[in-house]
Amino acid sequence: MGKILLVCRLAARALRRRPAEAVLMLLAITAATTMLTLGLILHGVTSQPYQQTRAATNGPDVVAYLSGPTGPGEAPITGQRLQSLVQAHVTELVRAPGVTGHSGPFPLVGALVQAHGHTAGAEAEGRQGSPAAVDQPKLTQGSWVRPGGVVLERTFAEALGVRTGDRITLNGRPFRVAGIAVTAANAPYPNLCYTGAGGCSAGPNVPVSEMGLLWLTEPDARRLATAASPLAAYVENLTLQHPASAGAFASRYGGNGPGTPSLAAWQGISAADGLLVQDEQQVLNPGAWLAGLLAVASVAVLAGGRMTEETRRVGLLKAAGGTPGLVTAVLMARNLATALAAAAAGLAAGWLAAPLLTSPGAALVGTPGAPSLTWPIAGLVMAVALAITLASTLVPAIRASRTSTVGALANSARPPRRRGALIAVSARLPVPLLLGLRLIGRRTRRAVLTAASTAVTTSGLVAVLVFHATAGRAINGGGSGLNNPVYNRNEQVLVVLTVALIALASLNAVFTAWATVLDTRQPLALARSLGATPEQVSAGLSAAQLMPALPGAILGIPLGIALFKVASGGGPMTIPPAWWLAAAVLAILAAVVLLTTIPARIGARQPVAEVLQAELT
Amino acid sequence: MNGTADVTLVRARGLRKDYGSGEGLVRAVDDIDLDVQTGQTVAVMGPSGCGKSTLLHLLGGLDRPSGGEVELAGRRIDTLPERGLARLRREAVGFVFQAFHLMDELTAVENVELPALLAGRSPKAARRRAAELLEQVGLADRATFLPSALSGGQRQRVAIARALVSEPLVVLADEPTGNLDSAATMEVLRLFDRLHQAGQTLIIVTHDARIAATAGRLISMRDGAFVDETRLTGGSTGRLSALAGLDG
Repeated sequence: MGKILLVCRLAARALRRRPAEAVLMLLAITAATTMLTLGLILHGVTSQPYQQTRAATNGPDVVAYLSGPTGPGEAPITGQRLQSLVQAHVTELVRAPGVTGHSGPFPLVGALVQAHGHTAGAEAEGRQGSPAAVDQPKLTQGSWVRPGGVVLERTFAEALGVRTGDRITLNGRPFRVAGIAVTAANAPYPNLCYTGAGGCSAGPNVPVSEMGLLWLTEPDARRLATAASPLAAYVENLTLQHPASAGAFASRYGGNGPGTPSLAAWQGISAADGLLVQDEQQVLNPGAWLAGLLAVASVAVLAGGRMTEETRRVGLLKAAGGTPGLVTAVLMARNLATALAAAAAGLAAGWLAAPLLTSPGAALVGTPGAPSLTWPIAGLVMAVALAITLASTLVPAIRASRTSTVGALANSARPPRRRGALIAVSARLPVPLLLGLRLIGRRTRRAVLTAASTAVTTSGLVAVLVFHATAGRAINGGGSGLNNPVYNRNEQVLVVLTVALIALASLNAVFTAWATVLDTRQPLALARSLGATPEQVSAGLSAAQLMPALPGAILGIPLGIALFKVASGGGPMTIPPAWWLAAAVLAILAAVVLLTTIPARIGARQPVAEVLQAELT
Repeated sequence: MNGTADVTLVRARGLRKDYGSGEGLVRAVDDIDLDVQTGQTVAVMGPSGCGKSTLLHLLGGLDRPSGGEVELAGRRIDTLPERGLARLRREAVGFVFQAFHLMDELTAVENVELPALLAGRSPKAARRRAAELLEQVGLADRATFLPSALSGGQRQRVAIARALVSEPLVVLADEPTGNLDSAATMEVLRLFDRLHQAGQTLIIVTHDARIAATAGRLISMRDGAFVDETRLTGGSTGRLSALAGLDG
């Protein structure tokens, strides 16, 4: 008990003695734990708005898409024959056990929408003027359908940029936008076709991945039908006595075969609504690991730099009877305390920031509420924070505890490494590169951390560039050219992630430069006493950061492409032009130089005589 | 050497160095005037903290004075910008420190050639000159040894070779035998004797009476000021080794 108290007291004093370092370490780990928390708690956050929308629209438990039995390459069944088939299916479905209500069948026609210079595909659903018993879309603007007046699903309307009263054309016919509404019977634009059911065909030149939904009167819907886009399907909405069994109902009465009703359970529609947030989650999870890697680098540099200053303290502890175990415990206690504080801060920050990322979008009404922060999530975040700290500080702490007491009391820092090849090569280089290369040779682990940190940052930036290239191609080539909410939100998350990675990497660059300055006070003062100018020393310190950053930045390009591949779930990818990637690498390297300039300048202007004399005292 | 003995190489007037301010003001160097002629060996003695090392740093441009003037080879150095001071240290001054200040990760020859590389000499020329100097200080066979594998005397001889690599006008030595045992002190004394014979201007700050006895001039310092100066015949005639008992 006494030992634990002693360790706690010494750890508390150490934290008070170096508050700035403790805060920096806290920030580095908090950034990683915040992203991890966000990635973990986003799961299922849109379910609450979906339920609110379902309640507001008398949402269906099952949506049935009904069409005739058409084989591949055959013309779809239409007209009276289709109506007879549909009526038979409807009769069977509404009489099925457990069905408590229904609406429909409503005709479905594929339509090419033209508005404000955009052309997009849509499913046009014919409706009556009176409210439907099941799935009556809730108007958020304007009025319900009327002859010549259509209602657009809200996400689709936002993507098209249309408002109530605007003029649009459907398959070349003019219409006026009567209203804008939300529904729980379909996933919103651009995920309409991701519910596992539905026609999802607006005709040629419209990708099913970017279709919207609109409602119009039944006569208007029938008039929209063309030879290329005939009226070949109807939709029937059903409510069940036990909504939870909707999936089982859909499996029992639906199928994918010709002429079989295609049924979508509300759970599938809800999941498709959640795609908006799921994509963010897919981006955040690898981002959290990248931030974790950067945090390891930050903490390693901070703790390593501090350890060289603390050799004498270790000697005093050991001289006073402290065992190596006690010394390790004292050195680790404060780091672990900081890590736990950072984990708590990350959990709180992630929980508070989640609503910013989990807005359900325009497709649903209501708010997501506070995401659930469960014990397993908290435990995992704590474990990651502790793992980051242990990975970066345990080895230096054990090494310090094993230092001989006399050596530690004499404050003899770990001797620098000799890299003969580097020294020989550096002799042929200009003075700043000579100094920079030799500084790298003295502490190669630090150079590796700089390279790794730069690689991680570059990978984040490259992932954003690949995202832009891919999104640009999807929008400009083959796509509808509409404002895609999934791309927009992914872009926001990627940008936030990249800013966080750059901030962490910037901290790393400054930490590393500063640790190098502290560690090389004596040799650099000596170099100056032998004739090196402050400018040469300063440039040498910057070169020591820049040289490992260069391969790191280059390595970051394939890593960034791989990161995008992972985050996009193996989806389509467009590699950006080479000059984008080159500019990214150059920008990162310029930032490294800029960030290390101040520590380097301070390091180069330390009073030479004072530093050299300090070794004698 | 004798032909240039009357040329003033180092000149200081009213040299002052203060640390702190107000009641905490400490005057480490207090109104010192000094003239050192080319080829002279000047020893500065005094108790610890009397300002000897500070004086040496001011004379070599490692530190800036709070007042007064310093000239080296007729050129004011106390007003030089940092870059000018760096060039001065590179071309005109060689330092020898009590703690040797060798780079741990560099071999003896790499340590010696370093100032030449910093001065922009070709690697080959720098290495050739370093090898020559190591031979002169009797360490040719230790050229590829790291400092950790050398004795204290050998390390200081490497440091002296390094101080000479740029053929400086003056060598400033700060307690060069302070960390050495008797045998190693003798090695260093012999080396300084040879430098003196060769006409090298030396200013040595020391506690060691044996080194002081080898100098042409012995200056005593206390509380930042010169309190006494003695001109030694042995030193002026170049028979330093005889005075220090090295011949025997």
